[in-house]
Amino acid sequence: MKKNIFIFTFFLVSAGILQAQEAGMVHVKEGSFVPLYGASSKRPVFVPSFYLDIYPVTNSDFLKFVKKNPEYSKSRIKRIFAEKSYLSYWKSDYDLGTAHPKSPVTSVSWFAAKKYCECQGKRLATMDEWEYAAMADEKRTDARTKKEFNEYILSWYEKSKTYENPIGQTFKNYWGIYDMHGLIWEWTADFNSIFLSGESRKDKSTDKNLFCGSASVNATDLMDYAAFMRYAFRGSLKAQYSTRNLGFRCASSTKPKI
Amino acid sequence: MKKILIVFSLLFSLYSCKNNDKKEIKPESKKEISDLSIYNLPSKWTTQDGKNIELKDFKGNVLVMVMIYTSCKAACPRLVADMRDIESKLDKNTKRNVKLILVSIDPKTDTPERLKTFAIENHMNQEPWTFLRSTEENTREFAAVLAVNYKKISPIDFSHSNIISVFNEEGELVFQQEGLGVNNEKTIETINQEAGKI
Repeated sequence: MKKNIFIFTFFLVSAGILQAQEAGMVHVKEGSFVPLYGASSKRPVFVPSFYLDIYPVTNSDFLKFVKKNPEYSKSRIKRIFAEKSYLSYWKSDYDLGTAHPKSPVTSVSWFAAKKYCECQGKRLATMDEWEYAAMADEKRTDARTKKEFNEYILSWYEKSKTYENPIGQTFKNYWGIYDMHGLIWEWTADFNSIFLSGESRKDKSTDKNLFCGSASVNATDLMDYAAFMRYAFRGSLKAQYSTRNLGFRCASSTKPKI
Repeated sequence: MKKILIVFSLLFSLYSCKNNDKKEIKPESKKEISDLSIYNLPSKWTTQDGKNIELKDFKGNVLVMVMIYTSCKAACPRLVADMRDIESKLDKNTKRNVKLILVSIDPKTDTPERLKTFAIENHMNQEPWTFLRSTEENTREFAAVLAVNYKKISPIDFSHSNIISVFNEEGELVFQQEGLGVNNEKTIETINQEAGKI
């Protein structure tokens, strides 16, 4: 009898682990941080706890999605949801061609990324969530003031075609998440909340932060520069854009179900 | 057996995650919605009168759209003024084919009641004006289509792009006017031209 209970518990536990793995997400604890951009007067932003995909969505993941939702295939997607370069490196609707199945899917529009996550019962991460999870290195939740960490990020920005690499080959961060830096750029739910043209009113001071960062070089400037690159990139995007170095991963506010 | 099949296909259709943009094969609809049309968006909206609508309910009109929020004190009154200025200069003969729509970027605050009050205060509670709100997610998506950026910067304040967009009869974006109090000749010309085609 005891043995049976043991086996039963063992089964339950392993099933639980399997489930979590299949869902492919990890829990990110709540916390506050001061993002480079978006917090008025540099006040910390509170990020409630959430779940984030361990890896970016891969070509083979996305292929499954497209097969189930043919209206998101490269020949059938409506132009309002994606520009012509959508999945341009795939051979055809259901053929990855020379693309590695385990490489991150890129050249996907915001609409397609959003739909993919919805179909998994998930959503795209907010920019604050993404930045919050991305400031962790292997050992700590916030490594932004660490010189090597910033140098690592900036050296990646100089490398070309990292999007062709398979997922999971960069470092595993504090939360258990891979590839936040070193592989691709990623869509966020509210990418279109950035102002770079000075058309906004109250964000003027932050605009100044963005554009005048180079005027003084101090300890936090490397980190600001790395983040500046991300925010500037997001600010230049439109939701239909499908660029080769831009992919995504999904998030969830609640525990993922399988 | 048939029953099982039905249940199964129902399950399957649920599983394929609300395929909102399934082709609507209504016999009465003459043309399919064009690829670039905002009528492809499945989002639901509520008007200042509490009426639930979809964007495609506006089909067959030229739409002039702007995103605002009613508690805004700085840019929005000027944006609203710009909209009224456009409206006052439209060609009288084709004006009936034009709808001017103000979409809230602050759905939490801008309830239909609040939009209604705002409409009355601004003498815009009649044709051709409509005020719309939806969920935060739908609003974000709609803004993405319009290439309007916005961000909540305090509980009552937003930064946002000042863009007025013109859509033709098919719901395709044909013109955008960017900035406050800018010259609106080209905007009006485009609206009149498109409204004349209907």
